[in-house]
Amino acid sequence: MLKIDDLHVRVAGKEILKGISLDVKAGEVHAIMGPNGSGKSTLGNVLAGRDGYEVTRGNVVYNGKNLLELEPEQRAAEGVFLAFQYPVEIPGVNNTYFLRAALNAQRKYRGETELDSMQFLKLVREKLRVLHISDELLHRAVNAGFSGGEKKRNEIFQMAVLEPKLAILDETDSGLDIDALKMVADGVNAMRNPQRAFVVITHYQRLLDYIVPDFVHVMVDGRIVQSGDKSLALKLEEQGYSWIAERKLVGAA
Amino acid sequence: MNSESIDIVSPIAANEAVTEAMNRRYSAGFVTDIESESLPPGLSEDVVRAISARKTEPEWMTEWRLKAYRHWLTMHAPHWAKLRIDPIDFQAISYFSQPKNRPKSLADVDPKLLETYDKLGVPLHERARLAGVAVDAVFDSVSVGTTFRKELAEAGVIFCSMSEAIREHPDLVRSYLGSVVPPGDNYFAALNSAVFSDGSFVFIPKGVRCPMELSTYFRINARDTGQFERTLLIAEERASVSYLEGCTAPMRDENQLHAAVVELIALDDASIKYSTVQNWYPGDENGVGGIYNFVTKRGDCRGARAKISWTQVETGSAITWKYPSCILRGDDSVGEFNSVALTHHRQQADTGTKMIHIGKNTKSKIVSKGISAGRGQNTYRGLVKVEKGADGARNHTQCDSLLIGKKCGAHTFPYIEVKNPGAIVEHEATTSKISDDQLFYCRSRGVSEEDAVSMIVDGFCKQVFKELPMEFAVEAKKLLEVSLEGAVG
Repeated sequence: MLKIDDLHVRVAGKEILKGISLDVKAGEVHAIMGPNGSGKSTLGNVLAGRDGYEVTRGNVVYNGKNLLELEPEQRAAEGVFLAFQYPVEIPGVNNTYFLRAALNAQRKYRGETELDSMQFLKLVREKLRVLHISDELLHRAVNAGFSGGEKKRNEIFQMAVLEPKLAILDETDSGLDIDALKMVADGVNAMRNPQRAFVVITHYQRLLDYIVPDFVHVMVDGRIVQSGDKSLALKLEEQGYSWIAERKLVGAA
Repeated sequence: MNSESIDIVSPIAANEAVTEAMNRRYSAGFVTDIESESLPPGLSEDVVRAISARKTEPEWMTEWRLKAYRHWLTMHAPHWAKLRIDPIDFQAISYFSQPKNRPKSLADVDPKLLETYDKLGVPLHERARLAGVAVDAVFDSVSVGTTFRKELAEAGVIFCSMSEAIREHPDLVRSYLGSVVPPGDNYFAALNSAVFSDGSFVFIPKGVRCPMELSTYFRINARDTGQFERTLLIAEERASVSYLEGCTAPMRDENQLHAAVVELIALDDASIKYSTVQNWYPGDENGVGGIYNFVTKRGDCRGARAKISWTQVETGSAITWKYPSCILRGDDSVGEFNSVALTHHRQQADTGTKMIHIGKNTKSKIVSKGISAGRGQNTYRGLVKVEKGADGARNHTQCDSLLIGKKCGAHTFPYIEVKNPGAIVEHEATTSKISDDQLFYCRSRGVSEEDAVSMIVDGFCKQVFKELPMEFAVEAKKLLEVSLEGAVG
């Protein structure tokens, strides 16, 4: 589904990603872990198409397409979803309206019929029920005045409605209490299926107790320095990132 | 307004509207090929007399105009606004233009005219029945037809053109005309008083709630003409009315002058809601052409517990100079001003309001939303004045600016004069930008950049849009989309 090959990325003239390669197949959950500043969020942003990220080498193929050539809205319509680390507030724009505009724009791009308000409302109610979110969320402006937890919940809700093929969760667990964390994990687990892949970016192992990954990659200073199964995450939890960092130094030398 | 074509909560419709907008740009910019008779350009006492004569006005009206004209000659154009205005050659303007075949009734209206209003989406014909809005349409200088007369007459409401009111209801006109905006009030009001050609007249008698929305549609068609309409709206005790006005003009290279005067009078317990969607031709990207929109609008809450509410959406005109105001004379009277003003390309707007608190426990609320894009300059200028006797007066002002791009400007000039120590006056102001983060967030969900901008702008304006009647809210939203086209990227 997603094949990243030797990706180098600069932000404001500084090289942040220094050769990332990653192969994600449908149905898989990949966790990307690493210390702050290792380039995890940069990877998420580059995949979603944010401006200001200059790809200097390498390529990204997503379902046979050159992902880097697509506009952010095209990527979304092709099924790429980024759950933001810091979801953005849009005052005055109703959450339901926003989500319906987004879904219908995607459907239009894919040549599917757009949903009318009744059909959309039905879909939304169903998703709310699965996620155990109150419908009060629907009547508020997009993220405006939301608490940190509510914002993250709203991201998961959007993901559930948009039903992406590839979901990238950028530190969705940061700042969440245990209940909110479980809710996020439940949402993700409910959406796991053989056609859908997840890339879960996280700083802590905690989230992976609830979203059990198929693969864990450790990123340090713009490179993936170690990959393994879920036991790697546990090892990181016990021993911290320092042993990995040392390995990296050895590798570099 | 065509209420059935757009569903306000439908993003599908919104997207179609944007696509449509991209194809049409300034869609009201066409010229109707219709024979008109105009006075030759120029302004003099003879011209003022000629206008009055054409309209077979009584002597007192002619004298009123001449007095205003003589006063105007002693005045100078105001320079205090934050606007760059090229000098206006008042002798190059024709002060009167009317379609040659003047209709006697709506049935006689030239089909080409009806077609014009049809293109603009104004229900002047049988569609009016569906839309349920009574319309007076002013084409260049004269009113071409008022719909729903009979239904309104049954309720005791007078809704007709100003010329007709001067003929048919001279006493009403005489006692109220100029009582809120005196002929010598300011330069452009004086000019209007001398040469005004037509406009709408509304009278809602005691205790009557006007059974439908009233609406006037102004259209400048002829070349080298100015439009100087005059609107007078009176709501007697316990009467209420909601009134809408819309404006368009063809695209032309030269600047055309629109200097209107609107006077509102609300007696005890009366309520007037006055909404404007102003879409005069704004000029092109380089600032060539466009309408000079220099308008004096003022409402007088003459009675106790009277309420006057102004709502305006200003997207058109090369230059807008306009301060719809409320004189809160009656005790417990209420004034409101809700405004969205957008300037794109080289447009300039200096707009705001004056709230004059005279009566006790008078309240006013101001919500101003300024949007600047391109090289647009947007100024809010407002005065809140509390007179000595206005015990318990309250004002709340909220003034927000949204900037799109780096070459535009937003300016705020709030003036506050309080002579009563017990008054409470609050002012809040914010300036924000559409951030790259907001745009990226929308796009990452599948929404195109253009739709994202209109969505964010719409959210910014929501507080004002909800004050507009439904059909106008849809229109206003569409207008903003069209006006902001190409503002990003």
